[in-house]
Amino acid sequence: MTATEAPADRRFERFTPATRALHWATAACILTCAVTGFILYVGPITALVGRRVLVRQVHVTAGLLIPVPLILAYLGPWRRAIRREFRRLGRWSAADKRWLRTRGQEATAEVGKYNAGQKANAAFVAGMIPLMLVSGSIMHWFHYFPVRYRTGATFVHDWTALATWAVVSGHILFALNDPGSLRGMVTGKVSRAWAAIHHPRWAQEQAGVVEEAESPLR
Amino acid sequence: MASSDDAGTPIGRRILLGMLGAGAVGVIFGERIQSGLERVTQPLTRHDPTGLTEFIPTAGRFRIYSVTADMPRRTAANYRLKVGGMVDHPFELTLAELQAMPPTNLTKDFQCVTGWRVQDVHWTGVTLADLLDRAGVQDGATALRLFSFDGAYTESLTMDEARRPDVIAAYRMLGGPVSRDHGGPVRLYVAPMYGYKSLKWLDRIEVTDKVVPGYWENLGYDVDGWVGRSNGRDDAPTSA
Repeated sequence: MTATEAPADRRFERFTPATRALHWATAACILTCAVTGFILYVGPITALVGRRVLVRQVHVTAGLLIPVPLILAYLGPWRRAIRREFRRLGRWSAADKRWLRTRGQEATAEVGKYNAGQKANAAFVAGMIPLMLVSGSIMHWFHYFPVRYRTGATFVHDWTALATWAVVSGHILFALNDPGSLRGMVTGKVSRAWAAIHHPRWAQEQAGVVEEAESPLR
Repeated sequence: MASSDDAGTPIGRRILLGMLGAGAVGVIFGERIQSGLERVTQPLTRHDPTGLTEFIPTAGRFRIYSVTADMPRRTAANYRLKVGGMVDHPFELTLAELQAMPPTNLTKDFQCVTGWRVQDVHWTGVTLADLLDRAGVQDGATALRLFSFDGAYTESLTMDEARRPDVIAAYRMLGGPVSRDHGGPVRLYVAPMYGYKSLKWLDRIEVTDKVVPGYWENLGYDVDGWVGRSNGRDDAPTSA
C-alpha cells in the first residue's frame, strides 16, 4: 500500500487482489441479473428467448449469489483492506460535494482515492443490493407474505432495476472512457501520472507527501 | 495510515439507509402508488408508436408469464379445440370452425393477481356457453376443467361461471390474432376474474361433476378468482 515498497516502480497499487475479486464477482452476478431480468421483463424478448423457467432460475440464483462475495470479503484476512475501501467510499468531504455539484469542474485537486461520482455509484449499489434481494425474495417466496406486498415488491424491484440499468451503464461508460481507471480494476495497478491527474490527493498520499488526514485545504 | 478520505460526512451510509427506507415504503404502499401512476400514464402508453414505454414499469402492459420451460407453439393449421367429458356429443374444432361460430366481442380490462392491469383490451371469441350447448352438457355436470397444450397449466370453472356471457375462448385480442406469447391461437378470457383464470394455449375443455382446482389454485390462489373479491385484493371489478 505504500510507495516505499518499490520506489523505482512508476505505478501505484490501486486495488488489492481481494478488492478486485470482490468487484468482478459482484459485477458478474449483477450483469447476469441485468441480462436475465431484461429478458423476463420485456414481453417481446421473453417470447423470443423462451425458456422462461430456466431464465428465471438463472436470474434468482445469480441474485441470491450477489451477497456471497461480500460475505467472503468480510471473512478472510483481507477484511481490513476491504473495510478501508468501504470507509473511503462512504465518507464525503466538502470538496467531494463541490466536485459533484460542478460535475468534476471544481475541487479537482482535492479528489482522493475515489471521486464523488465513484462514491455515489458505490452508495447506490450498496443500497440497491439489499433492495433487490428483499423485493426479489418477496416476489419469489410470495406465499409467505401478504398478497399486497407482492405488488409492492414488484413495484420496488421494477423501479430499482430501471435505476440500476442507468447507473451501471453510466459506470461502464465512464470506465471505458478512461482506460487508466479500467486498467486499475483489471490489473490492480495504475500509473503515477494517471493518479496525479485523476486522484491527486491519493497520489500524494501514496507518494508519502500527505500523511495526515487533516489538511488546511479543507 | 490516515488519509484524506477517512474524515468527512458519512453520505454513503445516508444514501444506503435512504434507499432502504424508500424501499420499505415502496413494498408497503407500492400497490397504491403503482395504480395511481398507471392511471396517469395509460393514455400515453396505449398510443405509443415507439414501443419505448415497454421498458417503463408504470406502463399498463401485459407481462408474459408461462409455467413451463418453453412456450408451446401451435399454428392455425394444426390447432384443434377439444370439448369432452360429461357431454352428449364430444367434438374437435379447427381454428376456422371455431371462428365460424357466432363471435362475441368484449372490451374489458385484464387484471393480474400480481397487481398489473391492462385497460380496455379488445377481445373476440366464442362464449363457452355456445361451445357447451353445441356439445350438450349431461345432467349432473357442474364444472369444467380446462387444459393448456403447454402440458402443465390447468384451470377450473363452475358451470355457472363458465356460462357467463363474458367468458370466452378468444382467438383475437389487442387488434390481431392471439399471438403465441399471449396464449394463441386460442386462449381463455374470463373477464370478471384474475388473469390466472384466463388460461393460455387452450387445448381441451372437459365437463366434470366437480371442481378440480387448477395449476395456481393448487399453489394457493382462490378457485373463484373474482377481481376485487378474492386473493385478499380489492381491485376495481373488470366485468360486472
